[in-house]
Amino acid sequence: MRDGNALAGPLSDLFLPDPTTAWRLCPGCGTDAALAALHVYDQGPAAVARCPRCSEIAFRVARHPGQLWFDFGRGGALRFPAS
Amino acid sequence: MSDWRRAELRARTPESTTARTLHLTVDGWPGHLPGQHVDVRLTADDGYRAVRSYSLSAPADGDRIEISVQPAPFGEVSPYLAEDFPVGAGIEVKGPLGGWFVWKPERPGPVLLVAGGSGIAPLAAMLRARLDLGDAGPPFHLAYSLRDPGQRWFGALLDGIAEAEDPAVTAACLYTRTAPPGHPRPVGRITAADLDLPGFRPADGALAFVCGPTAFVEKAANLLVHLGHRPDRVRTERFG
Ligand SMILES: Cc1cc2nc3c(=O)[nH]c(=O)nc-3n(C[C@H](O)[C@H](O)[C@H](O)COP(=O)(O)OP(=O)(O)OC[C@H]3O[C@@H](n4cnc5c(N)ncnc54)[C@H](O)[C@@H]3O)c2cc1C
Ligand SMILES: [Zn+2]
Repeated sequence: MRDGNALAGPLSDLFLPDPTTAWRLCPGCGTDAALAALHVYDQGPAAVARCPRCSEIAFRVARHPGQLWFDFGRGGALRFPAS
Repeated sequence: MSDWRRAELRARTPESTTARTLHLTVDGWPGHLPGQHVDVRLTADDGYRAVRSYSLSAPADGDRIEISVQPAPFGEVSPYLAEDFPVGAGIEVKGPLGGWFVWKPERPGPVLLVAGGSGIAPLAAMLRARLDLGDAGPPFHLAYSLRDPGQRWFGALLDGIAEAEDPAVTAACLYTRTAPPGHPRPVGRITAADLDLPGFRPADGALAFVCGPTAFVEKAANLLVHLGHRPDRVRTERFG
């Protein structure tokens, strides 16, 4: 397991300001945490970011050929064209 | 959007029997803040690519950067970087990355650095940036957990801090297996006593940076929170 610092590179393709300093209010448990402080599981094909307190999934980032997926689960996914 | 830049290896210097600092020059490097990292991308002849993150272990210096790499057993990228990547050859780097695990030298207030093993790398950049401020800088303390004296990275930097005997910048090695003869602290894992230091308590407005393997970071960050540090004042970076 790592943390949201590891997502600074992958997400810099999608965001102009550094996204790892953004805050997320967890709808599951109310914990307010910087994206850098989320727990990140990136051993599989996607990086899964979870709340550091209740482990609810915040989002997933996955790289597929030609596309970068930014997946919010039930909130749907943003698909970016990527090299 | 930060792009991949070409970097060239200028020199490789030892930090321990196995760990190496890579001195690179990067085309158009924009500078960085202590604590930031780069993503390094290797491309094989068949087009296969691997990306890994490495902390910048020295403050900004024109187009020169340093990263310090511990070769992981059977690792895909780190043994190559530490042992085989030839001087004069090129790789790609993206960065500087990360705005959270960062110390801004204009920030007043004491800073407690807590390193486990290779987690010393970004903290070494913070320590060096602090030393550059001279007497004007805030108090700094490094608590550095390591297995034995052979694993002590950045020896010249740490020796310099010990010799200066400046009470504003101090460093303690916390040996977990073997300590050098006469070392004041008994061998063992990090405890609350290693982190409960006058001048670096919650009431002093201390900011803590904890970095290293995930299990170490969890343990040290929990100790700090139990000592009363606000969770958002305990910045963590897990190497995995
Ligand atoms: C933000 C950030 C900054 C980082 N900064 C640094 C840095 O400054 N210096 C540095 O050296 N690393 C740093 N890392 C870790 C680095 O990115 C790599 O994860 C590391 O070098 C291993 O990559 P690899 O390709 O060699 O190993 P991989 O091929 O990715 O896999 C690791 C292999 O080694 C094994 N392994 C992994 N960890 C261990 C372990 N603790 N004990 C035994 N076996 C293990 C695994 O089983 C696997 O086989 C950082 C990580 C992050 C997220
Ligand atoms: Zn939660």
